[in-house]
Amino acid sequence: MGKVKKYRAKVEVRLKSGYLDPEGESAKKALIDLKYPVGRVSTAKVYEIEFAASGLRKAWMVVEEMCKKLLANPVKDDYSFEVEEIR
Amino acid sequence: MVKICVIRVGGTNCDEETKRALDELGAVCEVIHFKKIVKGKKKLSSYDALIIPGGFSFGDHVRAGAILGKEMKYVLSKELKRFVEEGRPILGICNGFQVLVEADLLPGFGGGIPQAALAINDSARFECRWVYLRVESGGKCIFTRGLKKGEVVSMPVAHAEGKFVFPKGKEEEYLKKLVGGDQLVFRYCNDRGEPARRKYPENPNGSFYDIAGICDPTGMIFGMMPHPERAAFGIQLHNWTEMEDIPEYGDGMSIFRSLMEYLGCGG
Repeated sequence: MGKVKKYRAKVEVRLKSGYLDPEGESAKKALIDLKYPVGRVSTAKVYEIEFAASGLRKAWMVVEEMCKKLLANPVKDDYSFEVEEIR
Repeated sequence: MVKICVIRVGGTNCDEETKRALDELGAVCEVIHFKKIVKGKKKLSSYDALIIPGGFSFGDHVRAGAILGKEMKYVLSKELKRFVEEGRPILGICNGFQVLVEADLLPGFGGGIPQAALAINDSARFECRWVYLRVESGGKCIFTRGLKKGEVVSMPVAHAEGKFVFPKGKEEEYLKKLVGGDQLVFRYCNDRGEPARRKYPENPNGSFYDIAGICDPTGMIFGMMPHPERAAFGIQLHNWTEMEDIPEYGDGMSIFRSLMEYLGCGG
């Protein structure tokens, strides 16, 4: 068991492709009005989570669990995250 | 005496309308804050049925219904498991349906991960209006036993995230399971009872197979997007002022009446 350290996770949750993203669509239309020739625009939610864990591997596992248990519904959401130690 | 618990949290709505409809049928209905149950100040076991009303529980933060659903699943798991095992019915209306899906109680195929979701409406709008529903249940769902299969009823919807979806690639398999198990309860339809076939406006959200309400494999847990408590009394009907004979009750009352009859207090 390692010493308990502080970590910060940055979790990004986005809709799987094929699901309607009205905010992304609105942003796309507005960007086109502003003369940017953009293609697909999608939005995502970002959670920054500070927590303690006994090591990076453990911290990573905890975040994975947070995503599965609450932050994403696997039917319609994809998620990705990074974890860093807070020094 | 039938005791029914209507759960509320910040953002809940129509809890009082639900209570009013059940009071009319002689139930002792209490609106209880979820935290009171979590903290043990109120016991789920002292109620005969549980209702999760509509609204925007916990502000719909994270996802519609997610926070209450996951707290029910992980924090209240023991009490809820016992409640269900003892055959006590649970109804989720609108946001309550989203909660039951997030809590993995619906469709209840097992496996421990969500098997469905209620996604953003295809119209990208909050749809707040009356719709037609066709009864698909053959009798398993205890909340629609007062209705006949094929019957058309009307109730209002009020949601931005009501598009029922199964995981991509699993649609046909899960639909077969749902229909085969008599778990499909309501489909959106037109006034003649013909399925909406995902066409707007009859299908207000783009739901797969026009699904508006489903129950679990036991028929005791039922979730629906439309609001029966907003269609419980004649004077709640959208056209009641034009009517010569205003009916005493609206179609929504049949959901609560079926529950009461199941609990042995019909009539």
